[in-house]
Amino acid sequence: MSDETAGAAWFEGLEPGDAAAAAEHVRDGSAEAPANWPAAAVDAEFAADEDAYYDVLREATITATRAAVEEAEGADDQQLAHLVRAMDDCTRTANELAERVAEWAGSRLDEEGSGVGFARRVAAIEPEDAGEERLLGLAQRVADLDDESEALRAEIERAAPEIAPNLAALAGPVLAARLIALAGGLGDLAKSPSSTVQVLGAEDALFAHLRGQGPSPKHGVIFTHEYVRGTAREHRGSAARALAGKLTLAARVDHYSGERKTELDDQLEARMERIRARTGDGDAGSDDGPDDSGSDDSGNGGDGE
Amino acid sequence: MTLPDGVERRHFDSEERLATRGPTVYGEPTDGEWRAWDARRSKLGATFEKGLDTGLEGDDSVLYLGAASGTTVSHVADFAGPTYAVEFAARPARDLVGVAEDRSRLFPLLKDARKPDTYAHVVESDLDAIVQDVATRGQARVALENRQFLAGDGRLVAAIKARSEDVTAEPADVFAEVLDELEAGYEILDTERLEPFHDDHLALVARPK
Repeated sequence: MSDETAGAAWFEGLEPGDAAAAAEHVRDGSAEAPANWPAAAVDAEFAADEDAYYDVLREATITATRAAVEEAEGADDQQLAHLVRAMDDCTRTANELAERVAEWAGSRLDEEGSGVGFARRVAAIEPEDAGEERLLGLAQRVADLDDESEALRAEIERAAPEIAPNLAALAGPVLAARLIALAGGLGDLAKSPSSTVQVLGAEDALFAHLRGQGPSPKHGVIFTHEYVRGTAREHRGSAARALAGKLTLAARVDHYSGERKTELDDQLEARMERIRARTGDGDAGSDDGPDDSGSDDSGNGGDGE
Repeated sequence: MTLPDGVERRHFDSEERLATRGPTVYGEPTDGEWRAWDARRSKLGATFEKGLDTGLEGDDSVLYLGAASGTTVSHVADFAGPTYAVEFAARPARDLVGVAEDRSRLFPLLKDARKPDTYAHVVESDLDAIVQDVATRGQARVALENRQFLAGDGRLVAAIKARSEDVTAEPADVFAEVLDELEAGYEILDTERLEPFHDDHLALVARPK
């Protein structure tokens, strides 16, 4: 019976010992149904006995899976996701440590201030004793982290347009990288419906809403885009929906063809103009943005539809 | 309740826990060649802790769906025979390969459990057990489509995650629906909620109809 089913086996047509080809068969092969492959392999004299068969299968599956993983992880969109996560980590950590520096410096030095800029000033002071040296050392780490964060941003700005030219053009390189990271990859983003893209990064608010404990979030991380943040509050939902729609299209073009299509930019711009024209004032919302962006950033704004 | 040969309850720091014999994977406590199996990190471990009769035996041949980084599948490979581990996501599969490198009969596969034809040329038929822990919608369908790998007297041991099917529905309703769908190809032998080890999860044992 093994003969009739063995046709699709991964070891079919393999030279014993050809590990590379074996791994390829494991990765790319397929069969309509399983069969007693160990017995078939022994019958076909691919392996001396079941134990020998399993030894070869082990090597082939490990090689195949390692290669597939490396390919998937080395993919440039994944590198972009790592870059943006690393940048966010550096920024967050720099800010956290800067607070520590400010608190510490306030108790030791005459200087007072806050933030990364203050930490940079502290780092430039000549230390007077061992304790102060540690404080200045910590301040220097803040400056270094901030520098690294800037270097990561520069690399994102270089890499994003190569990996996702349309998405980077419409969203800006950093937001493009963030969307790719949140979706799990450019391919995943391309396969997401635009309603998902609209609320990427607002998962907490979305699930609260689905449990019936809050309004539907109007926007996730795309809030950082000028087209959302700079639009009057009552039209932000429309703006976010329109932007998400075009970003989804851009991601699809980037994933499936990779060609730059500038008409997407024009369509988005035209759409935004129409939405903003409803208020009769192109950037009516831009001055009520920064103050409450903290609460809105979570996508938890109060008047979702 | 019956544990498979190769799985025992042993004392770690005066606490009785499940354990298997094999190389350590995630910094778990060890006692000689035995290593603790953390039921809070493993749905199958919790299934044993809750006392379900899984029908799993030492040296079983196993298809593990949703192997993730290999935490649970490492314990399965410790007590079972040939173990095929299917995982769809690249990131955890990297760790899974590391786990497989330390074991002689664990075969890692970066494949989609919803598409068994992509690994039917590798995974053998007439397996003793399918262990399923996939966090995707359509968990019943995954079990049904992979039934072809099971022997007639084989066992499906699955952990169903309610929130993967529908975040808004009551877990109990989701479980009822999944079980109902499973009846198309399986006879359900036993079920048990996995609280307090895992919230909103149902463990089930079934055999092919």
